[in-house]
Amino acid sequence: MPTIASAAHALGDVTASDSMLRRFLHGLPGVDAVGLEARAASLGTRSIKTTAKAYAIDLAISMVDLTTLEGADTPGKVRALGAKAVHPDPTDRTTPTTAAVCVYPDMVAVAKEAVAGSGVKVASVATAFPAGRAALDVKLADVRDAVAAGADEIDMVIDRGAFLAGHYMKVYDEIVAVKEASGAARLKVIFETGELSTYDNIRRASWLGMLAGADFIKTSTGKVAVNATPANTLLMLEAVRDFRAQTGIQVGVKPAGGIRTTKDAIKFLVLVNETAGEDWLDNHWFRFGASSLLNDLLMQRQKLATGRYSGPDYVTVD
Amino acid sequence: MSEKSEKIERLSVFKTYKLYVGGKFPRSESGRVYEVTDSKSNWLANAPLASRKDARDAVVAARKAFGGWSGATAYNRGQILYRIAEMLEGRKDQFVREVADAEGLSKSKAAAVVDAAIDRWVWYAGWTDKIAQVVGGGNPVAGPFFNLSTPEPTGVVVVLAPQESSFLGLVSVIAPVIATGNTAIVVASEKSPLPALSLGEVLATSDLPGGVVNVLSGRTAEIAAPLAAHQDVNAIDLAGADDVLAKELEIAAADNLKRVLRPQPVDYSATPGIERLTAFLETKTVWHPTGSLGASGSSY
Repeated sequence: MPTIASAAHALGDVTASDSMLRRFLHGLPGVDAVGLEARAASLGTRSIKTTAKAYAIDLAISMVDLTTLEGADTPGKVRALGAKAVHPDPTDRTTPTTAAVCVYPDMVAVAKEAVAGSGVKVASVATAFPAGRAALDVKLADVRDAVAAGADEIDMVIDRGAFLAGHYMKVYDEIVAVKEASGAARLKVIFETGELSTYDNIRRASWLGMLAGADFIKTSTGKVAVNATPANTLLMLEAVRDFRAQTGIQVGVKPAGGIRTTKDAIKFLVLVNETAGEDWLDNHWFRFGASSLLNDLLMQRQKLATGRYSGPDYVTVD
Repeated sequence: MSEKSEKIERLSVFKTYKLYVGGKFPRSESGRVYEVTDSKSNWLANAPLASRKDARDAVVAARKAFGGWSGATAYNRGQILYRIAEMLEGRKDQFVREVADAEGLSKSKAAAVVDAAIDRWVWYAGWTDKIAQVVGGGNPVAGPFFNLSTPEPTGVVVVLAPQESSFLGLVSVIAPVIATGNTAIVVASEKSPLPALSLGEVLATSDLPGGVVNVLSGRTAEIAAPLAAHQDVNAIDLAGADDVLAKELEIAAADNLKRVLRPQPVDYSATPGIERLTAFLETKTVWHPTGSLGASGSSY
């Protein structure tokens, strides 16, 4: 696998200074907003039925990062979530496990225990999630804490204030520092696309994150009004595709927030297949950050298996 | 006069009949329609030919509306049912015409049917806050307890409207279901769906929350099959199913133990009685201890 050093090499030394980084990011081609949204909408009209639908549902289940990020999270709730991640549908053991459970750092140990031995990963948000408004030391301590508790993946938020103010190097350095603190844990970088205002900014943030060594780029925290949309996810998928073409490094994508139905999830899978390609159709490279989505996927799965429409009485209440 | 002969004839404005689901008026998801004719086989209109996905959407809408509707006070439900009667009264002419066309009745007979249907809403409006006293209450028990039974709505109810009585029969099966706090998915008469689809427009303007009643038109057998098997439907009224279909649906409905009201010969013009009200009610009974309060051993 090529290293970060070779990424910088392939692109020239664009991260050598603040001005070079700025020149590179502002030199990225502008986004055709109308075309992007039209493309995302047209890819959302594909009809996925029968066996293809069954495949898509199982794939989507295996890509879910089952998430609970509430102030009211209790160890009991996290254990219940872990049990659900391991056996999403206890009445049908052929159901795949979800990719991971996603919790706050102080719940990592509980989650780790709940999914032990199942292959389900534990992801932890860190770096003063969701606002990211804290000193770097505090953010790094947050990350180290999560890693020490056993987190397999770290979901960090970028400093949107610094990004919007144009201090790209500061954002870059912060991601690099968090990547280092994460150690072996895979790093997902959350841009909070709903706060970046423009598609151009989302493209710049994507490249910035990938240059800094993100293993995943993630749309949102799920805590603001606008979360993952087909258009902004399509844009990020284009970015990871282009990044791999230029550097040979593959980066994952995780849309999060607002994806609630099987239909939506399948639309995203179509985007992945048509944009980044089949290599990304795997839970190592694509994830859904969601909580209620899983229940709808399970109900659709039951419908396909039995021919009867299922209902919310037949899935767990989380 | 020359002026009169030059007058341009007005173009006809035809009505597009649409489904009523979740408080909105969608076309069928399938895009299909079918021709509706009067009793002499003259074309009347195209009605949407609902698919199983429309049925599924209707169940989602009905489930969503259930909490609010069942949680509303019985008094409030009664007011809304009465409001439906008021709204119908104002659009009586339209319904008289539609019923006359659908059932081949004379204008005066159709008017009598519509009047009876409006009165039926009023009748059930009065029952909303009285049914609990009739079928619930305190039960006498030998022990230091209160024992209270209260009726509660069954949930989401699928109603196959009668095939022949396209309006009075329709109202007579919908009103008792929603009067007690259930939400309904109504499959209109296959041959004469127009009064049912127009009723949707009345319901939409009667303060009835969207989703409490959802009206589908199309092939009864096609729509009813997935609804009878649907795991999120709690009961089904088979009034509009023939014997063969009713048997099939009852078997499908057994899977999640739906309440089933079998088809039976009904004279819809007669005063209904409370059978249809109680058909979709569950009885909740609670025990509450009453300890003895004094040396006398009195339990109150």
